[in-house]
Amino acid sequence: MSRVVIDPVTRIEGHLRIETEVNGGRVTDAWSSGTMFRGIELILRGRDPREAWIWAQRICGVCTTVHALASVRAVENALGIQIPDNARLVRNLIAGSQNVQDHVVHFYHLHALDWVDVTLALKADPAKTSQLAQSISEWPKSSTTYFKGVQDRVQALVASRQLSLFSSGDWGHPAYQLPPEANLLAVAHYIEALDMQRDFIRIHAVLGGKNPHLQTFLVGGMATAIDGTEPEAVINPERITLFNELVTRAQTFVNQVYIPDVLAIAGFYKEWFGYGEGLGNFMAYGDYPAGSINDPSRFFFPRGVILGRDLATIHPLDPGKIAEYVSHSYYDYSVGDQASLPPAQGETNPRYSGPTPPYEYLNTDAKYSWLKAPRYDDRAVEVGPLARTLIAYASGNAAVKQAVDGVLAKFNAPPAALFSTLGRIAARAIEAQIVAGQLGSWVAELDDHMSRGDVRIHDGDMWDPDSWPKSCAGFGLEEAPRGSLGHWVEIENQHIVNYQAVVPSTWNAGPRDAHGQRGAYEAALLNTPIADPERPLEVLRTVHSFDPCLACAVHVIDGQGRRYSRNSVTVPALPAPASSNASQIGGM
Amino acid sequence: MPEAQTILETCQQRGFSRRRFMKFCGTMAATLALPTSYAQTIADALSTKRKPTLVWLEFQDCAGNTESMLRSPHPTIEDIVLEAVSLEYHETIMAGYGKHAEAALQRVVKEEAGKYLVIVEGAIPTADGGIYCTIGGRTALSIVQEVTKGAAAVIAVGACAWDGGLVRSKPNPTGAVGLQEAVPGVNVVNLPGCPHNSVNTAAVLVHYLTFGALPALDPENRPLFAYGQLIHDQCERRAHYDAGRYVQAWGDEGHRKGWCLFKMGCKGPEANYNCPTVRWNNATSWPVKSGHGCIACASPRFWDTKSPFYSRLPHPPGFGVDVTASEIGWTVVGAVAAATAVHAAGHVVRDHFHPNGNGHALKETPAEPQTTEVR
Repeated sequence: MSRVVIDPVTRIEGHLRIETEVNGGRVTDAWSSGTMFRGIELILRGRDPREAWIWAQRICGVCTTVHALASVRAVENALGIQIPDNARLVRNLIAGSQNVQDHVVHFYHLHALDWVDVTLALKADPAKTSQLAQSISEWPKSSTTYFKGVQDRVQALVASRQLSLFSSGDWGHPAYQLPPEANLLAVAHYIEALDMQRDFIRIHAVLGGKNPHLQTFLVGGMATAIDGTEPEAVINPERITLFNELVTRAQTFVNQVYIPDVLAIAGFYKEWFGYGEGLGNFMAYGDYPAGSINDPSRFFFPRGVILGRDLATIHPLDPGKIAEYVSHSYYDYSVGDQASLPPAQGETNPRYSGPTPPYEYLNTDAKYSWLKAPRYDDRAVEVGPLARTLIAYASGNAAVKQAVDGVLAKFNAPPAALFSTLGRIAARAIEAQIVAGQLGSWVAELDDHMSRGDVRIHDGDMWDPDSWPKSCAGFGLEEAPRGSLGHWVEIENQHIVNYQAVVPSTWNAGPRDAHGQRGAYEAALLNTPIADPERPLEVLRTVHSFDPCLACAVHVIDGQGRRYSRNSVTVPALPAPASSNASQIGGM
Repeated sequence: MPEAQTILETCQQRGFSRRRFMKFCGTMAATLALPTSYAQTIADALSTKRKPTLVWLEFQDCAGNTESMLRSPHPTIEDIVLEAVSLEYHETIMAGYGKHAEAALQRVVKEEAGKYLVIVEGAIPTADGGIYCTIGGRTALSIVQEVTKGAAAVIAVGACAWDGGLVRSKPNPTGAVGLQEAVPGVNVVNLPGCPHNSVNTAAVLVHYLTFGALPALDPENRPLFAYGQLIHDQCERRAHYDAGRYVQAWGDEGHRKGWCLFKMGCKGPEANYNCPTVRWNNATSWPVKSGHGCIACASPRFWDTKSPFYSRLPHPPGFGVDVTASEIGWTVVGAVAAATAVHAAGHVVRDHFHPNGNGHALKETPAEPQTTEVR
């Protein structure tokens, strides 16, 4: 038996440590630990709620925009604001673009090197690579000359003896199974995807001034003035044309590069449909409203919960069933560490009890992470593209069903194969394709509104804080690329008195709870084959399949005693969502 | 081990044309505000010098500066990491992981002492023994102290690495500081902004590769070429300011016509950065062009000193904490201040006759309850 540690887990956002026990070439136990936090939720207290999104967006720069959107939704929910339809469309367009771009970056730049041996690309025959490329896709960059050029570039890098970001890879590891030609194809597309992400996200620059960290959200709408007759309006006919060009290029890339690559690479690693299953419980808040944010029945991504791998039953989501444990997290609860607390009554009393740095191992029998352990109905659940895809699939969404069934047929696999490392990768690609296909319709709707002279982009009735009630509270739910995200805000005397974010990677990367139930990463790692404990590449494959984001996943502490309890401050505890708001949650 | 190749050699080896190479050098000269003749100097230097090793450290960060670097339009990120430098350590994108990643960092520190470049992203927590950020079981503080010690040059990207940024905002829960406080005496170039603009960072790297030295800096160790001018003085909406044409409410006629955002809280008159000229995402846009006011994200402690972000600047623009006479000259300060005084008077009159635009006028928001701290 040996303890195998990966710290840092690289090619993720943030600081994650994984410890595993390996017996007989298999992972027999695993622990996931977040090793950094900042305290942004507390920093938000006392600020103007209208600018909370500017601060909250900085929770993460990889998931840029997602916390901004959740934040304005939370404040609008508290103030009872309905945004103009143009603002809804711009938000869908921004969030959808983020989803597509983020998924592409994840596959090529964060995940691909777990499956692709860059050095083997040098052994490829560029002509055979060209044949392979043309056999799986219409993508035009597929000539022998083109792949020879990419190979020369890699050769130059190797000859220089300065391998740059590839210098410390696990090249030659026995778990790499792609033939040289597929490796060269993937390296070429790794470089092309850098170009794609840079080009496509210009849609965010037009709408938000820059990416990352767009500067365009407003409580009540968006700052993207829309006017078909004004050349200086942010959205005008010329920009609509640009959006359509960018969206079309992104769709083409996803359809002709990303999807074929996922299918081709998966074909060489089919056994990974059998590893990385995890919890078998899935949750999604749903997103991309077709009308009001309060009508989840018309969301593009449906809302719901799947329990115990049962795709026949979609349970309605009840946020009252969400609670967090700190039994293995660096916090104390006033009610005792064996209890759980709902986020609305949550406490965050940090008390680091891990080893004194520098350290070699965590004490995983005790507390071992800065992440809490959120649970739904006292069960650990997985969130993210696989959860969304399964819930859409089980809900009978035609587009998702067709795409998923197509992938399953290609590999002659049953739906249960989706509960796996490869299932997560496939679901993410399918989702990118479906969202990319939807972006154009939101652009068309905007164009239609604009041509009919609808220039409403912001509802300013509540912009003046003097128009606000003395105190109010609200929440905003969202599907971020990595999964279900919620922000809760409490406002008093025109300022924030409480702010809480419950974030996708907390669900997925969190530690054990009081019952010893593992978090999603921990459960998914069980039974992973390890060819060489000195180089546990296989662990990365499953962890990366979740697309970890650790900056998002942390909680708050205060300034003086370095500890903070909602129960110890004079403001009221963050209440449960108001009943008028809670009614939107139940329906599917 | 054979002599490492020059940048031009590796470029040529993979068919990167001389012409494209020169175009890149010309772009860099322009960003650095150097005469065009310097393109040749840059080209000569890059043609003869070995690729330097770069390590990129992330601490209390959001990876927004990493993402910004991935969007670098010229040179592209692939040109930078495959041709211009050897990026041996960067958690977000490096192939290696775990102890092999840490070994790669240790190799650079030991074998290339005095020669490697360091870029730091994120704040560094100092409270409670630094336990709020550990990597490989070590604290961020111990890592940054060790790695910057033997560096040839150190660059802090983004607001957090500069002065602690958002992480250090009140009440600064983790005792976060920027690099120059975490490592007193370190010789650092600061490239603040939230995030940094990768055009500027690339230009600093090229300047270093070309001249073997860092570009001219202001008293905050920010390069003058990027932080030497007020946003307000470079702003494409400046003519509207001068003519008294203001956005009065989001989505109103002025907003749709691209008028000045001063009344919506724009901090451009107090902010230094070259946003309006280099813009973002391959010069596509910048926040004011896209209809939202500037938040002065490259200013000292901007989160605490420039918020509330929707409050109209309470004092004559031109005298912000971010501006010194040495940076912009008294003439400009005087002109902006005088213009503001005139306009302020004008607003009072105009607002009296045309209150509220669409009926959504911005009221001055209450001052932030916490005291503003200017370092």
